[in-house]
Amino acid sequence: MSETLSDPTASAGSAAASASASAVPVEPIPRLPHDRLPLLILPVIAGVSFLLIGDPTTWITLTLAGLAMGMMIFVIASGLTLVFGLMDVLNFGHGAFISVGAYLAMTALIPLAGWVQVDDLALNLAALGIAAGVAMAGTAALGYAFERVIVMPVYGQHLKQILVTMGGLIIAEQMIHVVWGGEQKSMALPAGLRGAILFGDVAVEKFRLVAVGVGLVVFLGMVLVLNRTRLGLLIRAGVENVEMVEALGYRVKRLFVMVFAAGSALAGLGGTLWAFYRETMTAALGSEVMVMVFIVIIIGGLGSVGGCFLGALLVALTANYVGFLAPKIALASNILLMAGILLWRPNGLYPVAKR
Amino acid sequence: MISLLSGDRPRSAVLSVILLAILVVLAAAPFAFPGAQALNTAAKICVFVILVASYDLLIGYAGIVSFAHTMFYGIGGYGVGLALYGWGATWVSVFGGLALALGLGIVLALAIGLFSLRVRAIFFAMITLAVASAFAILASQLSGFTGGEDGRSFRVPPELRPAFKLFEEPVLGLDITGKVLTYYILFATALALFLLALRVVNSPFGSVLKAIRENDFRTEALGYRTVVFRTKVNCLAAAMAVVAGGLNALWLRYTGPDTTLSFAIMLDILLMVVIGGMGTLYGAVIGATLFIVAQNYLQKLMAVGAAATEGIPLVPHLIHPDRWLLWLGILFVASVYFFPTGIVGRFRKAGPH
Amino acid sequence: MTADLVRLEGVHTHIGQYHILQGVDLVVPEGELTVLLGRNGAGKTTCLRTIMGLWQPSAGRLTWRGREIGGWATPDIARLGIAYVPESMGIFADLTVAENMVLAARAGRPDPRRLDWIFGFFPALRKFWDFPAGVLSGGQKQMLSIARAVIEPRDLILVDEPTKGIAPAIIEAMIGAFRELKRGGTTILLVEQNFRFAASLGDGVAVMDDGRIVHAGRMADLAADAALQTRLLGLSLDQHQ
Ligand SMILES: Nc1ncnc2c1ncn2[C@@H]1O[C@H](COP(=O)(O)OP(=O)(O)O)[C@@H](O)[C@H]1O
Ligand SMILES: [Mg+2]
Repeated sequence: MSETLSDPTASAGSAAASASASAVPVEPIPRLPHDRLPLLILPVIAGVSFLLIGDPTTWITLTLAGLAMGMMIFVIASGLTLVFGLMDVLNFGHGAFISVGAYLAMTALIPLAGWVQVDDLALNLAALGIAAGVAMAGTAALGYAFERVIVMPVYGQHLKQILVTMGGLIIAEQMIHVVWGGEQKSMALPAGLRGAILFGDVAVEKFRLVAVGVGLVVFLGMVLVLNRTRLGLLIRAGVENVEMVEALGYRVKRLFVMVFAAGSALAGLGGTLWAFYRETMTAALGSEVMVMVFIVIIIGGLGSVGGCFLGALLVALTANYVGFLAPKIALASNILLMAGILLWRPNGLYPVAKR
Repeated sequence: MISLLSGDRPRSAVLSVILLAILVVLAAAPFAFPGAQALNTAAKICVFVILVASYDLLIGYAGIVSFAHTMFYGIGGYGVGLALYGWGATWVSVFGGLALALGLGIVLALAIGLFSLRVRAIFFAMITLAVASAFAILASQLSGFTGGEDGRSFRVPPELRPAFKLFEEPVLGLDITGKVLTYYILFATALALFLLALRVVNSPFGSVLKAIRENDFRTEALGYRTVVFRTKVNCLAAAMAVVAGGLNALWLRYTGPDTTLSFAIMLDILLMVVIGGMGTLYGAVIGATLFIVAQNYLQKLMAVGAAATEGIPLVPHLIHPDRWLLWLGILFVASVYFFPTGIVGRFRKAGPH
Repeated sequence: MTADLVRLEGVHTHIGQYHILQGVDLVVPEGELTVLLGRNGAGKTTCLRTIMGLWQPSAGRLTWRGREIGGWATPDIARLGIAYVPESMGIFADLTVAENMVLAARAGRPDPRRLDWIFGFFPALRKFWDFPAGVLSGGQKQMLSIARAVIEPRDLILVDEPTKGIAPAIIEAMIGAFRELKRGGTTILLVEQNFRFAASLGDGVAVMDDGRIVHAGRMADLAADAALQTRLLGLSLDQHQ
């Protein structure tokens, strides 16, 4: 027993690490792990639903809608999963940043009403960009404060983390009521982004293209930062073993608050997109999406950005296909998808190697 | 007396007095406060004592956070309610509905436990949240069966109706109506289930739970299958919540999403258990009583305050009665930081025995 | 007369409610290789983690060149010029060997000359430079962990049981590396169970039991005194072979 407890950095039941401890003298050429199997689920789901739906035009429309929705959920969820992976903090208050982001964007658009209403795509996109920028800056600052005040005293204490972040969510939602009022708000799309573009028979809503574009940019940006920069290297190392990064001389606590603020900013961006997509919002906008976000990060493997991307697409596509085929069980379908994936891989599709 | 409490005494004089007072007042409520409003409050306290005590088994003793407790509460409410609605107002419907609800609740608790408790406790919080919200949506979508957003009103067995009189003559000046009878069913069940919960946490099973909460890694190393213990306590807590839901349906003669499944109730339970004191069980009694009494009282006070501060910017908005959740949220976060053992923990620290 | 680099005086460490270090007195003289011996569970790892700031001492003095560092954060302790090779090796499995080394070089990139010097001892690292560290064998991971600690000149290296479960050929390479480091003036505090390995490298030695230092002296004296070895370690050098 003293063996297993002797060093908390030692693997807590990870088979891979304990196997490596008993070294073999021969040095085999190691094989690079190629875990592409989970990627196959996506085409399988798309293919099966194509057969069930039958009509190609409907299928393409549903698929594009699913992709757009998946991208927005990815933007929201990516920060949450990264924060969990790096800091071992599960932030149940993440939904607050989604709502606050949407309300900030709405407020920023008020003086830009001219740019929103004019039928000029460049001005429309500029208004959208400014609104998103305001939302991100505001939620980043809020995230910074949230980490310092709410989360920092309870690092390492999961139970308290869940409780205080939940409490933080309640407070933030109530403050939205105080500041912006309790009634439902509407969020009109800029003129040039309303309606659809026709590709042959298929009508693609313009805003969905924007959402897919933003989602792809965020995904590629994150992949680049994580894999090509020293900051990303530190984050990836921290996700695996924070203690060792500190023992190498890096002040991880500073990294924590930066990543937390960045994750909150992404939630703010996602909230803005989500509010445009729904065209209405209340303070509960964020908590409504969070159910899907949790399912996404569990499916993807807590802490994995790639898994989160795949999970978001899977969840959104499934929701859209099932919503068409059997509307009553659309939400239950995500639970079933999650159950199926957890049966196959109890830690999600791409779990991060932890300590 | 002590053996009824399984040897787990309140361990504070003040606490004992408060608990005794709550017990006496609840036991005498129909005689002491004949008004419908007061009896409703007392009945609600009885139901929430069960609900919060069972939740404390999870959060306070096993150290796991579930957001699906209201789902089980709702399963009980819908089980009894829909049975009475569909099969007629008989005792067979009551017990048949409760039995079905218990079966469904335990199977669901088992399934959720097997999926999430096997991996990490943190999964449990997220998965229960997802499942509970899917369940709530499902319940409102299947409106042909559940009555949707409107819920279902139904009749209870004749013996429980207000028109029923147990005795010809009033007892101590009170007619023992079906309503009074129903109240005592609630009261007796709440008392029995609370004592059962005390028994559970003071059994060897309870000791293992506490060991898991302190250090699950070490407990596992000592040879206990922690997932088995967690799953068992999860099923037990779910079953108790189902019963609480069934009782609530009997009392209200109505079941619907707002009275059972809503996330607001889940937050109320969390607040009650944290403010009362996690891991003490007595905290459930105190938390539930205090919260429910304050809920009626505080909102009225806030309305007065909001009216009085009219004209000052922001302040009336902050103390508007609808914003009472804001203050509870702040109180909640503060108690997690500053009084993690809640009111009960405070009293126990202040004075021994 | 060499100065003391690290000094522990009556250090107590608690892990949760457990009282693990119960008044440790330990001196690590500059420029020497000090070996910390003791049976499993004696508290050796806890001792290293306390020096590294990964556990906080609850009482006693912990000094670096005479300066109190008890209560400092781990990164600040590392920046004093201390490197740590933990018992679990602490390899970042999802990062490549190269990325592990880049991260360890706080200057930004590893110095190519020093890298060549490391490859001289541990050629496998050059071979698997661009592979994820997770696919390395246990011995290769241990090499990487040591290489990370020495990729830049450090004043003190804390090494926790580097030979545990490692093939003899790799242990030979390690001995070579530690000798050269010593020659270069690096101070080393080495936790070991393998007495032969420890005896071949150590200048000073300390023996722990039940959270305390029960013997401190010169390694040469201990290696020559079979009776003392039997008393302290339960086994003599001869029996070990
Ligand atoms: N994280 C921990 N929690 C509880 N006890 C621990 C922990 N780490 C170590 N211990 C205990 O501290 C004692 C000393 O452990 P350790 O320093 O690892 O010994 P050594 O390295 O000499 O084998 C052991 O009894 C061990 O069980
Ligand atoms: Mg050790």
